[in-house]
Amino acid sequence: MPRVTFVAFDGTPHIVEADCGTSLMRAATDGRVPGIDGDCGGNCACATCHVYVDPAWSERVGVRTGTEREMLNLVPDFQDNSRLACQITLDDSLNGMVVAVPESQH
Amino acid sequence: MNTSESAGRIAAARARVAALDLSRANPADPQGFVDDSARFLFERLRREDPVHLSHSPVPGIDTYWSVTRYRDIMHVDTKHDVFSSENGITLMDFPPGDDQQLKMFIAMDPPKHDEQRKAVSPIVAPANLKNWHELIRERTCAVLDSLPRNETFDWVDKVSIELTTYMLATLFDFPLEDRRLLTHWSDISTANKLTNPDAPEPEVRMAELRKMLGYFTRLWNERVNAAPRSDLVSMLAHGAATRNMGPLEYMGNLVLLIVGGNDTTRNSMTGGLLALHDNPNEMQKLRANPALVESMVSEIIRWQTPLAYMRRTVMSDTELGGKQLKKGDKLAMWYLSGNRDESAIPEPDRFIIDRPNPRQHLSFGFGIHRCVGNRLAELQLKILWEEILRRFDSIEVVGEPVRVCSSFVRGFSKLPVRLH
Repeated sequence: MPRVTFVAFDGTPHIVEADCGTSLMRAATDGRVPGIDGDCGGNCACATCHVYVDPAWSERVGVRTGTEREMLNLVPDFQDNSRLACQITLDDSLNGMVVAVPESQH
Repeated sequence: MNTSESAGRIAAARARVAALDLSRANPADPQGFVDDSARFLFERLRREDPVHLSHSPVPGIDTYWSVTRYRDIMHVDTKHDVFSSENGITLMDFPPGDDQQLKMFIAMDPPKHDEQRKAVSPIVAPANLKNWHELIRERTCAVLDSLPRNETFDWVDKVSIELTTYMLATLFDFPLEDRRLLTHWSDISTANKLTNPDAPEPEVRMAELRKMLGYFTRLWNERVNAAPRSDLVSMLAHGAATRNMGPLEYMGNLVLLIVGGNDTTRNSMTGGLLALHDNPNEMQKLRANPALVESMVSEIIRWQTPLAYMRRTVMSDTELGGKQLKKGDKLAMWYLSGNRDESAIPEPDRFIIDRPNPRQHLSFGFGIHRCVGNRLAELQLKILWEEILRRFDSIEVVGEPVRVCSSFVRGFSKLPVRLH
């Protein structure tokens, strides 16, 4: 079961575990990680699950889709390592990953 | 309020809708919003004909598709390449008194939409929200403390309009003493003689909007020659994507920001009060556990759905809910209906302040046009309810609400209440 650490804007770590095949957003909302709302239920349509992926993991999480790029275009605090958690599917290769939650979602 | 009388009216409206020939149904008829019977029509459409070809006798609206299920609305809202906003966001093809839609970024597609939206979206960036927290609380306390006790007054005028207009004036850095002009212009922009007989004549409406443009042009000129500041006028005047806008585009974007920041929160402030009055058990729940304010705010926004729909125009032939939509067709995504769709939201016709997943409502829209001010709206409502709970033992609704004659803005013009 992959384990992921969400680092809140104030630095507090929140560790969640979820089954392979679960989206990173769902893992966060099931684990009640503050700041990850997932209003659209994983349709890549609200940008409320924005995270910064630790650069060490950027290759393993894959690339953004076109729709994801469009939605990230609207967030106030975009960075090169910005992703929408609903577009990342967990598998064993992501075990130990660290992502940070941006200021606008704290 | 005489509940048996209103229960009788509701039963009559439901029976009328049940007897209706669906092929003649016109959900955009504002009458269904004045008497709040539109929800019964949507209930039937979701069940019997979820993507419905609707006809309006009003010139400029004519034929349109009504999309009523949550999932289909999500599909349309997230496919902006197929379902364009360029021809406007309301079903009327041309606003009264004008031969074309006003240009505003909500009625644009990418890339121009994204560029103009980004010029103003920093207004609700985290640093600004933090700054406003205290200001909103101070004003909310002042407004609530000034309310009369044990006498009937209009909640819409004294609370909902007052608080949202104060906020809007702050966002524009608009002279506070003139703030009710913003309310006036907000009401004028959505008034339409063709669908509301009480609305002003089209020429009067345009003349008022030109006055608005004149006032705001003065503010623009002041700010374009000063250093950039964090108010909406300064942001538009200095933004790379907005500083060269023509007057009509400036007018359009002002209308968008004024209506978007005013009508919506205003009507959720009123609708929430009414919902709690109609559901005393939920009020008890809230008093027992004030921490529920946060999830209640989302539930209020779902329950009210202050903008009942958004319009899109079909860019290429496509299928939706088993219907063939042709290029050029227009459709309404009825958020009001999707928010009551039992296949997406359990027990949708109940107002439940601690329901699971309260944020998954459609009221803010989804996709690239999602409401830019949603966090600010939630903050205003949250503070309002926290301060109400601290002050009043009960707020009694003492008469029927008066609803706005519009199928787009779902709101109230009056709600008589009494504080105890």
